[in-house]
Amino acid sequence: MEEELIISGRMNDRVDPTLNIWHWEIPFYLFVGGLAAGILFFAAFYYLNGKEKDYPTAVKIAPMFTPFLLILGLIALFLDLNHKLYFWRLYTTIRLESPMSWGAWTLMVVTPLSFIWSAIHLKEVFPKWDWKFEVINKLEQFFINHKKHLAWLMAVFAVLLGIYTGVLLRAFNARPLWNTSILGPLFLASGLSAGAAVVVLLTKNELERKLFSKIDIIIIVAELFFIIHMFMGLLASTQVQIEAAQLFLDGPYTLPFWIFVVFLGMLVPALLEFLELRGQRIPAVIPVALILMGNVMLRFVIVYAGQASRYLY
Amino acid sequence: MRYAMAIDTKKCVGCNDCVVACQIENKVPEGFCRDWVVEAVSGTYPNLELEYRSERCHHCANAPCVRCCPTGSSHIVEGGIVLVDHDKCIGCGACIASCPYDARYPHPDGYVDKCTFCIHKVRKGEQPACVSVCPTNCLYFGDLDDPNSEVSKKIKERKYKRLKTEAGTDPQLYFLI
Repeated sequence: MEEELIISGRMNDRVDPTLNIWHWEIPFYLFVGGLAAGILFFAAFYYLNGKEKDYPTAVKIAPMFTPFLLILGLIALFLDLNHKLYFWRLYTTIRLESPMSWGAWTLMVVTPLSFIWSAIHLKEVFPKWDWKFEVINKLEQFFINHKKHLAWLMAVFAVLLGIYTGVLLRAFNARPLWNTSILGPLFLASGLSAGAAVVVLLTKNELERKLFSKIDIIIIVAELFFIIHMFMGLLASTQVQIEAAQLFLDGPYTLPFWIFVVFLGMLVPALLEFLELRGQRIPAVIPVALILMGNVMLRFVIVYAGQASRYLY
Repeated sequence: MRYAMAIDTKKCVGCNDCVVACQIENKVPEGFCRDWVVEAVSGTYPNLELEYRSERCHHCANAPCVRCCPTGSSHIVEGGIVLVDHDKCIGCGACIASCPYDARYPHPDGYVDKCTFCIHKVRKGEQPACVSVCPTNCLYFGDLDDPNSEVSKKIKERKYKRLKTEAGTDPQLYFLI
């Protein structure tokens, strides 16, 4: 390959010398969005399977955090915009070619769904809860009557939201690291694993804790499989993609990725959960905290490293 | 109609006149640029080659910035010129991340900005500012579909290259070599 030494007169802020258009806001949003997607998916899934009584935390309690997570994510997205007061333009167009567009519309569906799902379970979780207005009681009854439809909608849109967090990056073929279809499934799996971890942390039900620990272990294995696949794909591709993979294999992102994402964020918590299932006493907060930390780090590392990867001249 | 630009790398002396002309013509904010000059040294010592390239948005026929824009702000107008509608742009940065040429930048007023091929002048039948000021006449702008345009002739008679074609964008900047 011919080497070129480039001296460019271009010095655009946030573009040169390396792209740094997206900062903490986007990976943070990808994390809370993925986490909310994971929680909502399990809630809908186990409700539809008739396990509402067996797994009350997954179906009723954990989803109550999702409105807050999604609002925090939306605030982060808003902060990221350069032209903030024009944000509503997202909702005057539907552009199927743009993942960001259908992501915006997915959030438009998921956010109210998460509010409604939380609201219809408030009376069960807090028996003294009173809506005070008859209109709201009627509205609640309406949604309770249609809970099955809500759950179906939530299951579909939670998966869409989870995949979208990865597909968003995948759409930018100018950044070789992101330009791999495995990011969608990887981020979806990662969100589901975080969602399962939150259920493990919140539940007081032994059966539920064991089930979600098992789910977590299975998803982490899938994630590791996706990560290996990602590197196989990148390394078997063009020079720019090989160089993108090198950021993780022998570059500035090697340590954060392998130590914080793979080792501390996946392998260690999976081992701890496995030992716990085998009867060892391990406080649930340790593996859960590690999984969430690994989740955050995965998004930060992928978003930042992706911006450092580029096409050659 | 297919607007394109041919840049003669043999004639360019890297004076940056095109950059200044663009900044004045388009009121580009201080510290930013829509076009720029690249000095590329290639080869192995002592057989080195220096190439000057005046670069800008490549007005790609398959523009990833237009594809990923969530509001339809980035769009293609007559002759394949890629534009940003400032009033529709939310400044999300998707187009900046998707451009393999890093030709876009966030304007301090919030929207994303880039080269327009001076469409306001082109519509009046004039040349883009960078083309009209070039002291060595190394920039050629015109309609690629018209076999008699200067661009078409140059591309026919000279060897040329396009940048990062492997990104699949079908760029409309032709560098004569």
